[in-house]
Amino acid sequence: MIASVVRAGWLNLRRDRSALMLSFIVPIVFFSIFAGIFGAQKSKTPKTTVLIADLDRSDTSRRLIDALRRESALDVVLTPKKSTTPFDAQSAEATVRAGDAPVALIIPKGFGTTQIRFDAPNSGPAFRLLSDSADPIADQVVGGLLQKTMMMSMPEMMMNAGVSEVDRWSGGLTTQQKTNIDQNMKGYRAFNARTPAAAAPRGDSIIRIETTDIIGQNKANVIAALYAAGIGVMFLLFTASNAGGALLEENESGTLDRILTTRLTLTQLLLGKLAYLWMLGFTQMCVMFLWGALVFRLQLFQHIGGFLIMALSTSLATSAFGLLLASICRTRAQLGAMSTLVVLSLSAIGGSMFPRFLMPAGLQKAGLVLFNSWAIDGFTNVFWRELPLTSIVLPAAVLIGWGIVFFIAARQLTKRWEIA
Amino acid sequence: MYPLQIENVVKTFASRRALDGVSLELRDAEVLGLLGPNGAGKSTLVRTIMGRVRPDSGTVSIFGQPAAAGDTDARSEAGVVPQEIALYPNLTSRENLSVFGRYLGLRGNALAEAMTRSLEWAALTDRANEPVKTFSGGMKRRLNMAAGVLHRPRILLLDEPTVGVDPQSRERIYQMIEALRAEGVSLIYTTHYMEEAERLCDRIAVMDVGRVIATGTKDELVRDTIGTKREVVVSFADGTQVTHLIDDAAEMPRIMREAESHGSAIRDLTMKSPSLEKVFLHLTGRGLRE
Repeated sequence: MIASVVRAGWLNLRRDRSALMLSFIVPIVFFSIFAGIFGAQKSKTPKTTVLIADLDRSDTSRRLIDALRRESALDVVLTPKKSTTPFDAQSAEATVRAGDAPVALIIPKGFGTTQIRFDAPNSGPAFRLLSDSADPIADQVVGGLLQKTMMMSMPEMMMNAGVSEVDRWSGGLTTQQKTNIDQNMKGYRAFNARTPAAAAPRGDSIIRIETTDIIGQNKANVIAALYAAGIGVMFLLFTASNAGGALLEENESGTLDRILTTRLTLTQLLLGKLAYLWMLGFTQMCVMFLWGALVFRLQLFQHIGGFLIMALSTSLATSAFGLLLASICRTRAQLGAMSTLVVLSLSAIGGSMFPRFLMPAGLQKAGLVLFNSWAIDGFTNVFWRELPLTSIVLPAAVLIGWGIVFFIAARQLTKRWEIA
Repeated sequence: MYPLQIENVVKTFASRRALDGVSLELRDAEVLGLLGPNGAGKSTLVRTIMGRVRPDSGTVSIFGQPAAAGDTDARSEAGVVPQEIALYPNLTSRENLSVFGRYLGLRGNALAEAMTRSLEWAALTDRANEPVKTFSGGMKRRLNMAAGVLHRPRILLLDEPTVGVDPQSRERIYQMIEALRAEGVSLIYTTHYMEEAERLCDRIAVMDVGRVIATGTKDELVRDTIGTKREVVVSFADGTQVTHLIDDAAEMPRIMREAESHGSAIRDLTMKSPSLEKVFLHLTGRGLRE
């Protein structure tokens, strides 16, 4: 008897393509997506982009920059896009605020002439790290590699510091001894130039680094500001695809056939559905962000203009996408399976589940093809980076464009319902 | 000029010819029964009349005007009650009628009046504000019909409107249809229930394999197929039965004399007029179609 129950279950599963898809295809797709993201990171260290503003402009600072450029974990950028002028502190900070890099290193003026003191490591001018805490590891990577580079790639600085300590505590070196040391240091520097230092264990902190979270420092709730958009867009996609399924229910129940015998045309029907889904999505976003503002101190009212623009454009695109999914599918069950697969995949690659900057470069670029990544970027510009409204013109335009494309595609696909 | 005229309509789906040169006319204030086994083409014909199927050839005319597929203006005088319960289950009766009334072009007082009239016609006034999903099968069927007559169509197509309802609801549906006929509405009524067709329909068209194979009143169909002889069945106490076909009741004394000489007591005697079901099976055969 139990075997009969198992057999009936298995036969049902075999003949239900939607259930088969949910059981076997969805896990495979997700396995592939996650393996693509995290597997790529394991096989090759992801590069952290760091902007460097060299305020010192000394030989020493230039050698420090050269050493940092040799670090395989860093992608060093010295000038803004489309410019040959090196970064200064302001332009580096602006670039980090715009989200084009997670961290900027400001080499302080006087760095090259400051001697390191082992007994007072924090006595010199401080390096500044301006970070975007949306990437919580970038500033730590840069800070650690800066310490390592100072230790391993600029040993003459260390030796100079050591000689100074000997001079100080031994009762003083003679003039001849100092001359000999200077001459030998030139030879040592030449030797080091020919054989760059290999990677070595990181030493203790010997320089002063001041890290400033220039974006997250004023946020009442960092997590809410950063992740509200991702979660919001993902649920908007689920809502739209689910509500779009009403069209399939109407088709299956014969209601669509009845409707199309009335004065209502299919185009009017789809426009009506789009308007409904759009209002539903927008209301859902309002409720979600209002809850975020009331409970998680999300700064909604300070960014109400940006929120409205992004919520309207995002819900338009997701609504039209929901209609498109419904028009592709034949049955409600098929839609359920397909929307689960598509929405979760879009959310994973588009940045709803984890930030896109953690993904390999290829996936990050691929994410730009997806409309939901534009939505997340737009919301992030509003709530996280607090950029002016001009920063969301492009994301909003892309979303509206996608919305129009999705609607036209849905209209074409629903032609099959028009007249047999 | 007939309210509805179908001339030589042909429709093929893939390799299957669903309608094969169908010609029919629907007359003023008549109920035309459309009978046929499953797959005969009844629903395709109804959908063609309503413009949801584009015929390969042939024409559909409504009050003398050609009605091309998809031309809803030409069909403004027509209504349809689909076989399925084509309603929104979470909406109340009133809300459903409001939605479909608007789709049919009604607004304001005209819509309110149409909703009140249709609810009364369907005997659902007291359930007007309850969600359809809570209704019995019969109530859903009646509301399904009400949604098809909101705009007072002069032609109404009813596709198996009594499927799955109890005898009481069916009786109510018959009354609703008779009320429409009394108002001068012309109806096409598809059904598998022969007694329904006998009771409601002025004329009957029998379809099979995409063709209309017979048309006429019930008496005409009987006369042209199995003849007008009545069937007399005598059952005896020993379990045997004897069947006679007679043209006239005057033959009954002879049958009774023969029965008395049978040698066993008469247990039962019935006389049946030729039924539409016999006509139907005579025309379409007894073989399964699906």
